[in-house]
Amino acid sequence: MTALTIEDVSMRFELPNGASVQALQNINLDIGTGELMSVLGPSGCGKTTLLNIVAGFLAPTEGIIKLGNEVVHGPGPERGMVFQQGALFEWMNVRKNIGFGPAMKGAPRAETEARVTELLEIVGLHDFGEKMIYELSGGMQQRVALARCLANDPEVILMDEPLGALDALTREKMQSLVLEIWKKTGTTIILITHSVEEALLLGERLLVMAPRPGRIHKEYRLPFAEMGVGADLREVKHHDDYGTTREEILSMIWDMEEEIMGRSETAA
Amino acid sequence: MTILLIYVAIFVGAFFAVKAVASHLTKRSDFTSRKTVTFGDESAVTANRAASVISVIAIFLIWGAFTGSSWSPIHAPGPFVGDATFTYTAETPDGQRDDGTVHVTVFPRDAAADAPEIEPGDGFAKDDAAKVAAWRSVLIRVDRNDELGRDEGAKVVAINGQAIAPGETVEVDSGEVTLTPKGTPNYKPEQGWQMEPVWLPPPEAVVGRVIEIMGGGYQNFTLAEHVGWSLFRVIAGFLAGALVGIPLGYAMGLSDWFRGWFDPIVEFMRPVPPLALIPLVIIWAGIGEVGKVILLFLAALWIMTIAARAGVSGVRISKIHAAYSLGASKWQILRHVIVPNSLPEIFTGARVAMGVCWGTVVAAELVAAEKGAGMMIMVASRFQLTDIVIMGIILIGVIGYAIDILMRMAENWLIPWKGRG
Ligand SMILES: Nc1ncnc2c1ncn2[C@@H]1O[C@H](COP(=O)(O)OP(=O)(O)O)[C@@H](O)[C@H]1O
Ligand SMILES: [Mg+2]
Repeated sequence: MTALTIEDVSMRFELPNGASVQALQNINLDIGTGELMSVLGPSGCGKTTLLNIVAGFLAPTEGIIKLGNEVVHGPGPERGMVFQQGALFEWMNVRKNIGFGPAMKGAPRAETEARVTELLEIVGLHDFGEKMIYELSGGMQQRVALARCLANDPEVILMDEPLGALDALTREKMQSLVLEIWKKTGTTIILITHSVEEALLLGERLLVMAPRPGRIHKEYRLPFAEMGVGADLREVKHHDDYGTTREEILSMIWDMEEEIMGRSETAA
Repeated sequence: MTILLIYVAIFVGAFFAVKAVASHLTKRSDFTSRKTVTFGDESAVTANRAASVISVIAIFLIWGAFTGSSWSPIHAPGPFVGDATFTYTAETPDGQRDDGTVHVTVFPRDAAADAPEIEPGDGFAKDDAAKVAAWRSVLIRVDRNDELGRDEGAKVVAINGQAIAPGETVEVDSGEVTLTPKGTPNYKPEQGWQMEPVWLPPPEAVVGRVIEIMGGGYQNFTLAEHVGWSLFRVIAGFLAGALVGIPLGYAMGLSDWFRGWFDPIVEFMRPVPPLALIPLVIIWAGIGEVGKVILLFLAALWIMTIAARAGVSGVRISKIHAAYSLGASKWQILRHVIVPNSLPEIFTGARVAMGVCWGTVVAAELVAAEKGAGMMIMVASRFQLTDIVIMGIILIGVIGYAIDILMRMAENWLIPWKGRG
């Protein structure tokens, strides 16, 4: 079953100086229900733009986004978003943050509270419900962001470098948590990252994008996410295929970066 | 100048004294005893409480010492008071000379005194008596009782045996004598280092005034009423300004039409100091309460508008996006995201606005008012009641400070997340 369809999407930004940037060109993509897809690419290749279009924050210059059979216009609660950091509401405590979506829908108080308690348990923050956001560490804040998104039971979760600002150890724990939640809830997840390792671990499907114009360069189907559920991620990294795929993707991105550098040098 | 030197000396002396005591108490001078390794790290410098306490004490001590306060254990030399004498030598045109003695009683400013009773003595120059208040000088018409006076051509040619000509000055004990162009001695007792009460009254006089005015009032109103009216005007004007300014700021932050429409007005009015509006407001609304509140309203309005606008524009786009993708409507985003997110900015604005309003109300009352803290000191200054003026200034400072502290406390209590987004 297809959860999300990206049909012929192009995005062109007109700059104030009259020039324009082709951020995305003819992106076509079908994402199955319950699929975990990671997106990787050098900086500026249009990953965020693509995610913002799917989320409905940007209207593409061409093409459409379909959720199931419906074309989407604008943002909606069926597409949950997890940002890198600083998108929590620091004037609310943890419980209020997590219950924000249901509260906006006007869900009954008791029901929301029960759901929040359950989610606090899932993300491992059961003692922190009454804490304020600024009293939490960066990793805990991202757990709250994840729980807040799950509270709406979205069909698709979009994550834009959600773990980018975390230290290595916290990051690894959060990666396990993402896998756990993916398996437990069966939600479709699209995760943007600039870490090759993370893309390998958190992608049944891995999309490598290339810049100028932003486009899909290569696609992988990988077994590591499945292997990583409930397992030690460091074990997964010792798998033979993991190493070879990692090298392959690294050199691919390396070449793209070289090319960007070379091009800007000739331009200069 | 001397006072400044003394102040600097206290500053330096207290520094070394406190540091010596402190290092004696901690007795640890290895590397870790330093709070920071980087010199010039602004965040590592906090106010030294001992310095603050000594600073306040030093100011009062200097104030007391130089006004002869009974509260101060040390005093700068005061003006001379008591009896002083000097002799003058008069000479007639035909060369006759005679000495006369002048007895002067120098009395404290707030006491009355009589000139000493003296025998005129012999010779043609008779002895004289005079009185003068401390810090003042007195002309002594020595020839008035002399047998041969100015009318006979006699002139004063020496004081205490020292030759003197008109315009010249001779030091005598506890003062100096200057001969006027007409040849009359002018006695000026030593002034000492202390300030006259008219320039600066001692602290106890100011405190006494506070107590007196608290009970009896000044210019038909008690102290509490004067201060209360000033505060009332500030609060009324501020609330009016906030009530209009905050919604206006929100509108400017959210709608391009509002932004465009009000931008020129706000940007023009912002740099106009509220004090410059006083004359216009007086013309339009008179000097009554309405005029004052309008002035303070205008003082607070632009500050609050700009604060609210900045609060709205400062919201992180990812917070708005997050709220949208959690299913919030525009109205819900305004209420649950934009408004709370703007509160820290608004509170900063409110603190600034309260400070500006307090300064403006005092200035407006200086110009024209029937009551209020500013009016009190203005009227007092016309009557040279320096103690009331000083009291008023201290009171205005203390209240301004108290307002700021209260606002800060309210801020910590109401928006604890400030600066921690
Ligand atoms: N609002 C915008 N206006 C103009 N150009 C933009 C805008 N957003 C993104 N771009 C450009 O589009 C390209 C892709 O950006 P982005 O999607 O942020 O890349 P990535 O997330 O992969 O680093 C970049 O060249 C960027 O400069
Ligand atoms: Mg990006």
